[in-house]
Amino acid sequence: MTAVTAQSAPARRPNYKRRRVWREVAALLLALVLIIWTLAPLYNMVMVSLSSHNDVFSSNIWPADPSASSYWIVLTEGYWYLEYFWHQYANSIYIGFWTVFLTLGIGSMVSYSIGRMRIRHGWLLTNAALLTYLVPASFLAIPFYRIMQSYGLGNNVWSIIAVEVTFATPYAIFIFQQYGRSIPFELDEAARIDGASPIQVYFRIYLPLMAPALVAVGTYALLLAWNEYLYQFLLLSNKRSMTVPVALAQFLNSDESPWNYMMATAVVYAVPPVIIYYLFRGKMTAGLTMGGVKG
Amino acid sequence: MASVSVIDAGHPALGRRSRLRSLRGGLQGSEYAWAIAFCIPYVAVFLAFVIYPVLYGLWLGHKPSLYVELFNDPIYQQTVVNTVLYLVIGVNVKMFFALLLSGFFMRKGWWVKGLLMIYVLPWAVPALPTFISIHWMLNTQWGLINNVLWDTFHVDGPGWLDTSRWLALGSVIVTYIWKNMPFWTVILLAGRMAIPTELYEAAEVDGATGIKRFVHVSLPLLANLYLVCTLLSTIFTLGDFNTAYFISGGGPALSTHVLATLGIRDAFEIARPELGVAAVLSALPLMIPLVITLMHKLRTSEVQL
Repeated sequence: MTAVTAQSAPARRPNYKRRRVWREVAALLLALVLIIWTLAPLYNMVMVSLSSHNDVFSSNIWPADPSASSYWIVLTEGYWYLEYFWHQYANSIYIGFWTVFLTLGIGSMVSYSIGRMRIRHGWLLTNAALLTYLVPASFLAIPFYRIMQSYGLGNNVWSIIAVEVTFATPYAIFIFQQYGRSIPFELDEAARIDGASPIQVYFRIYLPLMAPALVAVGTYALLLAWNEYLYQFLLLSNKRSMTVPVALAQFLNSDESPWNYMMATAVVYAVPPVIIYYLFRGKMTAGLTMGGVKG
Repeated sequence: MASVSVIDAGHPALGRRSRLRSLRGGLQGSEYAWAIAFCIPYVAVFLAFVIYPVLYGLWLGHKPSLYVELFNDPIYQQTVVNTVLYLVIGVNVKMFFALLLSGFFMRKGWWVKGLLMIYVLPWAVPALPTFISIHWMLNTQWGLINNVLWDTFHVDGPGWLDTSRWLALGSVIVTYIWKNMPFWTVILLAGRMAIPTELYEAAEVDGATGIKRFVHVSLPLLANLYLVCTLLSTIFTLGDFNTAYFISGGGPALSTHVLATLGIRDAFEIARPELGVAAVLSALPLMIPLVITLMHKLRTSEVQL
């Protein structure tokens, strides 16, 4: 037995080494394929945005004469479709801000009540949140459209904020409850014995200790609002109240499609969430869980 | 309020208090009021924006005649086939490659970390801009893909979106995989990282490496996570509107709609909201078992990542 191993060992070593080289080459090849696969649509976006109108309708695969003039047009609202670009961008930011604020506020309050104060029948609320989380948002779009009219929120950005908060809060509750279990109860009790009211405990102990989860859920809520299209398309029709994605889609459906302007708009819209994502990536991995994909 | 709890804390009358506590779920008078108050905003949102629309939707789609009309509609029949293909192929191919790639990203080295940063981009970039970009890439005459085909092989690429139903549906599915695979790879990667390294070391001592190690160590430990991810992804994909809407737009000739886009089309383009709701509700036989299984799994198995 030992003799056999000793004999085969020198024969095997170069073989093993060659295999390791091959594996390294295969890994690099896979990496190359992944990079092309991942970046092709993004490359196309940037390439078209740097092309002139005539170059868009050509068989170029590189921008023949790259120029940033499309970006200038977008930023100065220099095309009739982009008339209200900054207004629409502000609407997107406004919706994003309020979605984050309300999601964190409502979600942390109810999680505090269920998880820390242990309100009776709290599990009912947890289940309600979980159920909401599992209902695809697009399936409620038709009744939502009617209901928003009856609430008097037609063509109002607050109808969008209501939608985003509705679909982001369940995820917030899910994460806050999981994260909250890592905070010792003794802290709450000590503060209560020192005479702090529940609301003081909430502001002074619960929220500061939950900061990482708040950042993760806040980023999630912002990206959700920034990504969402269907409700914004259905509920906002006025040029001044609509958001950038709705304007982009209108562009797409118009007869003359100035693709270079459209792609420049797309890039300008896509950059902030990417930056925010990379800034908070570390925090997100703590909380970035099952929910992220919901669109 | 604060003073009350101070006095309470100092009093030895524990018998009465503990009875009260148990009666009110462990909270006393003013605290109980606070606990309720903290729940009110969420309850209000839930009632106004979940319960009311759900009930209203059920009421809109309650007539059986709607479903007879729907099932006899050839577009609807095609849509059901598309939705099933979209779910079965899209979700499973995506999850399978995500599982394999999460193993690849376990490799050590700076360039693998850098690659992961690039690889998650489709997930970090907002959906709409990239979908519009892909829509243009697939343009028959001027799109990037056919340009590349022409420049390298001198062949005319097919009309991806406007000639064949299967090419268009395939484009939708590939786009869906492109967009969603990074996220699930990261989830499965986190699941793999949670496996203690001692297990791998022990397996190595026992002679399990490569495929064997994957089948006998990684796979059993990831199986539950993989299942939950697949089910969750199925439900989210069922509600996915953007991909089909922006890549194929349901074309050519309404042959690539999925239930989510068909519902919106029926409700707003041909102004039959009841029919649109019925199309969406016809997914309930698939949704209800999924939701029940997931409610159970997510509550009990503590999928923590």
